[in-house]
Amino acid sequence: MRRNIVFTLMVIVCFILQSTLFKSLSFGGISPNLLIIVTSAFGFMRGKKAGLSIGFFCGLLQDIFFGQAIGFYALIYMYIGFTNGIFNRFFYQEDIRMPLALISISDLAYSMICYVLLFLLNAKFNFGYYFKHIIMPEVVYTILITIIIYPVILLIHKSLEKKEKRSEKKFV
Amino acid sequence: MSPVVRKRGEKFTIPSKYLLLILTIVCCILMVVTFSTNLFSTSLNSVAGFVVVPFQEGISSVGTWISARSDELGQIKTVLETNQTLQAKVDALTIENTQLQQEKYELNTLRNLYKLDEEYSEYKKTGARVIARDSGNWYHSFTIDKGSDDGILLDYNVIASGGLVGRVTEVGSNWSKVTSIIDDNANVSAMVLATSDNMIVSGDLQLMEEGSIRFQQLVDSADKVVVGDKVVTSMISDKYLPGILIGYISSIDKDANNLTKSGYLTPIVDFEHIDEVLVIMQTKEVGQ
Repeated sequence: MRRNIVFTLMVIVCFILQSTLFKSLSFGGISPNLLIIVTSAFGFMRGKKAGLSIGFFCGLLQDIFFGQAIGFYALIYMYIGFTNGIFNRFFYQEDIRMPLALISISDLAYSMICYVLLFLLNAKFNFGYYFKHIIMPEVVYTILITIIIYPVILLIHKSLEKKEKRSEKKFV
Repeated sequence: MSPVVRKRGEKFTIPSKYLLLILTIVCCILMVVTFSTNLFSTSLNSVAGFVVVPFQEGISSVGTWISARSDELGQIKTVLETNQTLQAKVDALTIENTQLQQEKYELNTLRNLYKLDEEYSEYKKTGARVIARDSGNWYHSFTIDKGSDDGILLDYNVIASGGLVGRVTEVGSNWSKVTSIIDDNANVSAMVLATSDNMIVSGDLQLMEEGSIRFQQLVDSADKVVVGDKVVTSMISDKYLPGILIGYISSIDKDANNLTKSGYLTPIVDFEHIDEVLVIMQTKEVGQ
């Protein structure tokens, strides 16, 4: 119960920050993708199920406010969360290289899917331009932001885990 | 044994791959439903507007405050330098001003000719603040802080600093989404003010950061359209009210078919820095 409340709050806070604060702090019209960070991070921290459900809600929020069809972004984010969940086995709290790699690959994959589904199928073939001006800047900016907010997410994860273990002990 | 089996003393849970399958199907159904009906546009929008919009309004103002302060710091140095050059310019401008006064008379007569001025003020307008921008980097839409409670309806035209910004494409109770004309999938039917030739103005992500928009299918057999001509929304558009200024033609080329022309135009509105917009409280009446 507590976990669900924390997750919902995280997603809403990230969505609000991304559509307001980070849009004002964007460089050259490009802003980082906080929702991917949250989806991916909770995916490999807590497993497939958490990843896919958080991804689903992140995408749904984006769909409601800025999407053309409800369910489109939800689907993309959900699969990204699920795929990250597979890497749960290799996750160690001390290691920061794997989270960074996973988050950047996730953001790259998200941008690629967006390009292919929304632009390539719309007869916009100039992939080089989009890669240089939209995809790469977004990935780089997202990595930078990840370095800052990843410790915060890790902290939330740790405290949640601690509380859950304690309540388990109490139960036994 | 099926994995969806409840053991004694264990909580009922669904394995993640089944959950993934179920949610995938749900998403697909939702997509089909939104494309074919507008079932969700009311219920989901109002729920989201209730939870998210109030925060966006607050934080958005904080974000603009921070970026304004950082801009100020960077600008102080250049401001001191420009101050000197500006002083010299003031003298030159005073002379120019007298010339412009004369041209103003000319402008007024031209305006009367097209009755543009009257049409603009005829429309009932309401001001709104931009509270959030598209969270992705692919499209250029934003949310404003007025919705159906303030009388906003779908397809209302949005203007800022005298030029066309876009139109309302989604309405919640206290927010609405505006899709701008430089958005990659936006097309506006427009015409050249001087010659009344029609054309299609379409937004493009590639041109967005250069601050220009593409236009196509301009039929100009008399070769009268030149760089610098005013482009306004056309009479035949079914979403946009006629005579709203879009921008000025910045370059023009003949198409390969030798019949139509295409090129680029510079919009009046600075799309990077829209903070406040005006919503025209009137939709174009189209005979159904």
